[in-house]
Amino acid sequence: MSAVTCPECEAQIGLDDGTEVGEIIVCSDCGVDLEVIAIDPAAVQLAPMEQEDWGE
Amino acid sequence: MQRRLKIGVLYSRVRVEEKWIFAALEKRGIDYDRLDDRAIHFDLNDPKPWQQYDAVLERSISYNAGLYTLRLLNAFGVPTVNTASVAEICGDKLMTSAALARDGVPQPHNATAFTPEAALAAIEAFGYPVVLKPVVGSWGRLLAKVNDRDAAEAVLEHKSTLGSVQHSVFYIQEYIEKPGRDIRAIVIGERVLTAMYRKSEHWITNTARGGEGELCPITPEIEELCLRAAKSMGGGVLAVDLVEHPEKGLVVNEINHTMEFHTMQPVSGIDIAGEIVEYTVSVAKEYA
Repeated sequence: MSAVTCPECEAQIGLDDGTEVGEIIVCSDCGVDLEVIAIDPAAVQLAPMEQEDWGE
Repeated sequence: MQRRLKIGVLYSRVRVEEKWIFAALEKRGIDYDRLDDRAIHFDLNDPKPWQQYDAVLERSISYNAGLYTLRLLNAFGVPTVNTASVAEICGDKLMTSAALARDGVPQPHNATAFTPEAALAAIEAFGYPVVLKPVVGSWGRLLAKVNDRDAAEAVLEHKSTLGSVQHSVFYIQEYIEKPGRDIRAIVIGERVLTAMYRKSEHWITNTARGGEGELCPITPEIEELCLRAAKSMGGGVLAVDLVEHPEKGLVVNEINHTMEFHTMQPVSGIDIAGEIVEYTVSVAKEYA
């Protein structure tokens, strides 16, 4: 399991095995949505804000 | 020797559904590309890079990105799941209602208008309460239950002043006293795969808004209604949302063309991702 630092609150977050690029994780400390942008080494960035035309 | 199929999967985010779909493709040894809709670009004079795909499965969160990609791919002759035509109808509640009305599929009473004044007149003709919905958008966002004229005037003014021009396509629906739940059914091709009750104390029962899922038996009535609704949209991989109307019985509320099924797959025990992949492969083979 690799770890990343939350860019919002600097908490250390562990990434589960099987995590994929493009996946959204939630910081367990501050609750912000983070997008996984790389796996090896692991990196995250703040996830894009929800847009008006988003949905299913 | 038969050429190996190549599938594209268009996505915005890797949600659990996309992970399941990728895993289902890999389990079957299918050659596929992940197409991030934020990174792709099209040269309209050079469709060849896209014509390598025997089919593209569209899973975009962004309706615009998904719809325009489907339109381009279909124009390039690339089969897609779903087709641009289906996305056009399902992604716009007014288009959905128009298609259902054309085909005589039972649905809630709906009306539309294009100015606040005309919308107010339509609402008054309905009587209160009514529900105002954006024609494009999902996850139960920006739905407004309007209980009286004061609220109607306020919501209509806010929508016309603060919203994009699309919010001035006022979509008005009767408020339905449903029994604390609605029904979502997954239709793939000619089959109703599974159905689930979505329960909530709130009048919005969308699971994205906290509604809980429970398996719903597929009665002949549900099956027939879902298949009619899916056919009315143009078919493909669809989620049909039904409401139990106190007077009209089951009615079709909306139909989603890039549905989420993170609740439905575990509740039903059915490999929905695998079924979507199988259907996409069948579409690819049909046109290959």
